[in-house]
Amino acid sequence: MSHKELNLKLKVWRQKNAQTAGAFKTYELNGISDEMSFLEMLDVLNEKLITEGGEPVAFDHDCREGICGMCSLYIDGKPHGPWQANTTCQLHMRAFNDGDTITIEPWRANSFPIVKDLTVDRSAFDRIIQAGGYVSVNTGNAVDGNSLPIEKDKADEAFASAMCIGCGACVAACKNSSAMLFLSAKVSHLALLPQGAPERKSRVLNMVAQMDKEGFGSCTNTGACEAACPKEISIANIARLNKEYIGASLTSE
Amino acid sequence: MTFKQMFTSSVGKKLIMGFTGIFLILFLIVHAGLNATIWANDGGLMFNKAGHFMGSNAVPRILEIGLFIGIFLHIYQGYLLTIENRTKRSVGYAVNYSKGSKWYSRSMAILGTLILLFLIAHIYHFWTPSRLGGIGNIKALGTVDHNGVELHNLYAEMDLVFTNPYIVVLYVLACGSLAYHLAHGFQSAFKTIGVHNRRYHALISSIGYGFSILIPLIFALMPISFYFDWIK
Repeated sequence: MSHKELNLKLKVWRQKNAQTAGAFKTYELNGISDEMSFLEMLDVLNEKLITEGGEPVAFDHDCREGICGMCSLYIDGKPHGPWQANTTCQLHMRAFNDGDTITIEPWRANSFPIVKDLTVDRSAFDRIIQAGGYVSVNTGNAVDGNSLPIEKDKADEAFASAMCIGCGACVAACKNSSAMLFLSAKVSHLALLPQGAPERKSRVLNMVAQMDKEGFGSCTNTGACEAACPKEISIANIARLNKEYIGASLTSE
Repeated sequence: MTFKQMFTSSVGKKLIMGFTGIFLILFLIVHAGLNATIWANDGGLMFNKAGHFMGSNAVPRILEIGLFIGIFLHIYQGYLLTIENRTKRSVGYAVNYSKGSKWYSRSMAILGTLILLFLIAHIYHFWTPSRLGGIGNIKALGTVDHNGVELHNLYAEMDLVFTNPYIVVLYVLACGSLAYHLAHGFQSAFKTIGVHNRRYHALISSIGYGFSILIPLIFALMPISFYFDWIK
């Protein structure tokens, strides 16, 4: 495989904190290997900035394996950059060409306030999970895996929903800053399994209430969330969330 | 949980949009079907009789109240949601994400507004003179006699209104807006009320696209038929 080196222009959003206004700053970065990951490219930029006595760009990352949901970045008009079903940490520089200008923005939503530069506070998602995204039954000792029968299709679908890593790309992609793809994945995951049944109704009601309290928008089914999701969570989950909500809200006291 | 809490949550507000949307879809079928009587080629007799029934019988008059409530709720809730959703992102993106969704899915409020502007003109052209004609300065419709029953000559009114090419263009453009509004709205409404099965969703999507072409086409052909004198 041929190796290329890229000379890039980066337009990066710089913002000191949530209280101050931010602005784009342009950086020239030369000799970037196309085998680097996107975050490694940002590491190179930060080393350069530190050497020059400047302030490094703050961005979120953790596992760099595409499974933790920590990385974000809205790259050239798409959450997690140009590749499909991919997280920013798994985006590689071969996706770009020599001489490209890359625009890097943080997730934009009032429910995700900017901490610094490209880092946003996604604790709203944690609070939505705390409102009901779990099973609170006493499980006792570990039981035999086959003692609770689960239909294979249901288990597969629950697993597909459980793939959600809570990165917030759905909110970033949605014109309404709606968190419904995230919420619907969490609700579907447990609604499809027998373990989730006892708290099925209270779960969806409490989680929707918390989502509204956090100030996320309403879903208009545009499909942008599904297209941007690094884990390809299906928008059909949102319809299932709606069904769960109708059932629970009509039959609750 | 109260009904108020249910219908004011983010999911509940959408439910109102979905249910009123489906109700208005059903109304479009009735409206297109009734108006298709202009093509009976009987000088408008069947159409005027249909119009007379809709205006004089208690059942359609009561249903009409429901229709106006449905239209109002859909418009009111639509604007409320649009305004509310816009406040959720104070600082916008430098590069917008447009590849993941269709332009008409993102433009429901604008398409809806175009339909609303048309609706005002449409009500002024036909509903007001038919229902309120003669009150104050409102223009009254001419009448035709049919077996001793005085019928409003709505057919002649249509013929008259659609001699103006600008009005014909306005109606046809409004049908275009309606087509795109339905192309998203039809399938979205069913998703909103909780239809998630892939099998049904595929079926509803196909029916939705067919509906969003067929119904606006029937409506658009009405002013065109009058303008080009295709009906006698």
